[in-house]
Amino acid sequence: MNYLRLFGVYFRVSVLSELAYRVNFFVQLFQSLVELGTALLGLAVVFSYTNTLGGWRPDEVLALVGVYFIVGGMIGLVIQPGMGKLIESVRDGTLDFTLAKPEDAQLLVSIQRVEIWKLIDIVLGFGVLATALVRLGETVGGWEVLSFVVMLLTGAVIIYSFWLILATLSFWFVRVENILEIFQSVYEAGRWPISLYPGWMRFALTFIIPIAFVTTVPAEALTGRLSAETLLGAVLLAALLFAISRVLWRIGLRQYSGASA
Amino acid sequence: MRGLAALYVQQFKTTFASMVQYRASLVIWMISHVLEPLVYLIVWSTVSYTGGGSVGDYTTREFAAYFIVLMLVNHVSYTWIMYEFEYRVREGTFSVTLLKPVHPIHSDIADNISSKLITLPLMVLIALGLAAAFHPLLAPPMWAVVAAIPVLILAFMVRFLLEWTLAQSAFWTTRVTAINQIYFVLVLFLSGQIAPLTLFPAPVQLVAAILPFRWMIGFPVELLLGRLSPVQALTGIGAQVVWLAIGFALFRIVWRAGVRVYSAVGA
Repeated sequence: MNYLRLFGVYFRVSVLSELAYRVNFFVQLFQSLVELGTALLGLAVVFSYTNTLGGWRPDEVLALVGVYFIVGGMIGLVIQPGMGKLIESVRDGTLDFTLAKPEDAQLLVSIQRVEIWKLIDIVLGFGVLATALVRLGETVGGWEVLSFVVMLLTGAVIIYSFWLILATLSFWFVRVENILEIFQSVYEAGRWPISLYPGWMRFALTFIIPIAFVTTVPAEALTGRLSAETLLGAVLLAALLFAISRVLWRIGLRQYSGASA
Repeated sequence: MRGLAALYVQQFKTTFASMVQYRASLVIWMISHVLEPLVYLIVWSTVSYTGGGSVGDYTTREFAAYFIVLMLVNHVSYTWIMYEFEYRVREGTFSVTLLKPVHPIHSDIADNISSKLITLPLMVLIALGLAAAFHPLLAPPMWAVVAAIPVLILAFMVRFLLEWTLAQSAFWTTRVTAINQIYFVLVLFLSGQIAPLTLFPAPVQLVAAILPFRWMIGFPVELLLGRLSPVQALTGIGAQVVWLAIGFALFRIVWRAGVRVYSAVGA
């Protein structure tokens, strides 16, 4: 509960500081709309030539695009800004201030920066998802919705742990921003069903950069094509990655000497 | 003229040194450049496979050829000047550039060409790897391969001039990201990066033929795939020359006005 309250505080501070730059809202809205428009137009072009893409119907891929935007929004909202700041503060030594605070430092670095306008992506994503669901109609039942919510949360944990693990590497190798950049460009591949890709890419997108679990799997859950094994596997992977990230974070902190010390 | 040649040589050395230093950024740059065409290659191959082996006038193996060649053509004509310019103006480093006795576009051209020459071997290697994985069907006639040399040079020049000119919008507004994004979307659809332009409805093809984007990317690709007749190739070169002239005129006009605005802000 305390964690939620802390997140609330950080969120409020971000809102207050961002409200001074309200034009940014329209800039972000504009950019998100253009990005969404691009994605939808791309789908329209592809589906003008086919009515199934690797076994996925148009509205199912539409749902996937919705998930892609929701997760992308979550990453842009807290994960990416926080981890970027973490790497920066390990380099210049300002992590000292975070460590001096009487709360869990991992939590603090994870929520320290909130890019509130990225909420737009999340809202748009849910809008797209809702549209897709209405059009899919009869096939979405209670089980699908439930497993979707679970998979979305699982995906969020996976992606958070993955980013934290990468960012924690900065305790050993100071300049790691580049790895995070690679993630951003690879994430685009998650806009299409992972099953389209050839084996080696599917492997890389599942186990090396776990994007499959973040976009395709939740969309599969919603469209009722998720097997129990995948569901279980995703939950286990999330737990495993989270544990690894926690352990690495602890070991990494011991490595940290502080630039000012 | 000799001074300019010396400048290009020097810029090449500088860029080479910094490229060797920042290998990681090179890798990132390559990943995004390979991944996008690769994703569309796979998407269209899937569509083609489902549709019985072809979509429109492209077979599965021709799609593979299209997107692999597109990756290489995009590598030739790509510029990152729009990001660079925004940074320069925002951070004020452009003031130093302006003090130099040559036009700043020269060092940008030299920088662009040299960093591409450095990455070219790796790009070709990736292309060969993709060719082994996707079995592209690529058999262009000899004349098309020869014609592709001037066409690629023209494509590079048109794209460089236009993007350099557009990058100068940073002189007027600090919100260039929005402008850049619009530009990239237009390029994405109307240059043939999402799909070969012949797969688009006729009105879109007409717009693409009038605007410059197709001539920077899609046209060289189609030429190298051997899909164009000599007359079409000549018409395309004509369009490239026209856009080069327009680009040059715009570049002159915008540059004069832009530098004035910049000095007014910086003073």
